[in-house]
Amino acid sequence: MTAGRRNKKTRWSWIDLLVIAAVIAFVVFVVVRVETVLRYTWNWGHVMPFLAYVDEDTGRWVTNLLLEGLILTMRLAVIGIVISALIGVVMGLCRISNNLFLRMVARTYVELVRNTPPLVFIFIFYFFLSSQLMPLLGVDDLARSDSEFVQWMVRMVAGDPSLFSNFVAGLICLSLFEGAYITEIVRAGIQSIPRGQWEAGKSMGLSGFDVMRNVILPQAVSRIMPPLANQFIILIKDSSIVSLISIQELTFMAVEVGVSTSRVFEVWILTAVMYFVICYACVIVFNWLERRAERSKR
Amino acid sequence: MTENQDPIIRLTDVSKFFGEFQALKSVNMEVQLGERVVVCGPSGSGKSTMIRCINRLEEHDAGRIVVDGKELTEDMGNILAVRREVGMVFQQFNLFPHLTVLRNLTLAPMRARKLSLKEAEEVAMQYLERVQIPDQANKYPSQLSGGQQQRVAIARSLCMKPRIMLFDEPTSALDPEMIKEVLDVMIELAREGMTMIVVTHEMGFAKTVADTMVFMDHGEIVESAPPSDFFTAPESERTQLFLSQILSH
Ligand SMILES: Nc1ncnc2c1ncn2[C@@H]1O[C@H](COP(=O)(O)OP(=O)(O)OP(=O)(O)O)[C@@H](O)[C@H]1O
Ligand SMILES: [Mg+2]
Repeated sequence: MTAGRRNKKTRWSWIDLLVIAAVIAFVVFVVVRVETVLRYTWNWGHVMPFLAYVDEDTGRWVTNLLLEGLILTMRLAVIGIVISALIGVVMGLCRISNNLFLRMVARTYVELVRNTPPLVFIFIFYFFLSSQLMPLLGVDDLARSDSEFVQWMVRMVAGDPSLFSNFVAGLICLSLFEGAYITEIVRAGIQSIPRGQWEAGKSMGLSGFDVMRNVILPQAVSRIMPPLANQFIILIKDSSIVSLISIQELTFMAVEVGVSTSRVFEVWILTAVMYFVICYACVIVFNWLERRAERSKR
Repeated sequence: MTENQDPIIRLTDVSKFFGEFQALKSVNMEVQLGERVVVCGPSGSGKSTMIRCINRLEEHDAGRIVVDGKELTEDMGNILAVRREVGMVFQQFNLFPHLTVLRNLTLAPMRARKLSLKEAEEVAMQYLERVQIPDQANKYPSQLSGGQQQRVAIARSLCMKPRIMLFDEPTSALDPEMIKEVLDVMIELAREGMTMIVVTHEMGFAKTVADTMVFMDHGEIVESAPPSDFFTAPESERTQLFLSQILSH
């Protein structure tokens, strides 16, 4: 499949040229309109220090709001991917379990998430989480713990300990939300393995667990990987919705900077570029992993 | 087969429904240790359903099935014990595509019989020799021909050292030139005294190995007789019709 794509030579047709010309014309048109009609003067120099600037006293680079937001977004993404994948695998297995209760729990979870807008889901969950669950779990106490190790963990996870509880609530919301989609990916992957594989395993006296672990899951994994990678990219982008519950990630910071500087276009274009870079970096990594897995199968 | 010993498989009034549709209608059958039974019948007559009930890939809805002294019920321990004694070979081979031939063969003995890797590999190589493809041990199933794959599937079942082997149209998915190599393995197995139930339309094979021929139609066993009687003087008209159709081409 990949070989076929690689063999195909890139040839420019006049249609391609036309499309490219149209895109360039459109960009120029937008920039000109913004400048002439909205009387907007571009001022990138004003916005760049919000990434990082040189402290005049010490002469060192200091990170600023936007870069800090980006770092928090990346923390959310990395930990969110791990947690949502765990939720997805566990719930996905529940979804196909023989136990009616487990099936109903997983089904309810998936349908609740799938059929509410992400914002509504996150608002409801956030208020419940931050007012009920977080104190119950003692998350705040954790952030205030005097154990060196716990403090180190808290800083690794959330950056600023004072925002730890808030961050954890946002993280759980995001993971629960994406976990539902991963649940469906896992379920579909497992169910795509032909019934004959189950029957062959069972007919030799293997337990259901052994068939699942040794026969079904290893085959399902390679089918689950591509849609899963796609869902991870979606998770990174969806992480911007937790800005609405005051998690100070990239989108939240962009709103702040946009309001305080009035450089709306520059700030949001810069923000878009930062999202694009991390998402596209993930695409490249996932593609590479996929190709490697493909090759090792031979 | 002597009639005085207990049968190793006994089906008593076994019925099976798929929703409203009755796939098995009060089926009765006994198989003695070492007996070779060949089952034939038109498509949809319930042949697969019957043998799949014997290792409980399908659950019967009424009647009793006793295999090797153990009755098949909800009891999972019993079911696993029976499955370890009953090997099954499928029309579509159902090899595990992500494992090498050798790993296909060692998986169940290691997991279900708790053999060590070394023991399991020894047993596996021994059976690969028997089906004459020891040199393919480290290939993946997709790299083998259909006939080789089916022989691997037979070897895989044999690695569990089953007392009974079930075959569900083992040659139906094979190209004609590969049928013989699989049948030869099965004939060899029959010669060694394996208890076998074979669903097949290979009548030449049936005449060679069968102790008992069973003809099924519409979920019932219509006729059950030694091949000498079955092929020359079938009692039922339906059997006659079926045989005339199948033997004519
Ligand atoms: N899982 C199932 N759900 C519903 N109906 C089924 C199922 N399995 C089998 N049947 C039906 O039961 C009947 C018997 O099927 P079975 O597979 O036992 O026939 P068979 O004799 O093996 O036929 P063939 O020669 O085509 O393999 C068929 O009519 C089939 O449609
Ligand atoms: Mg069948």
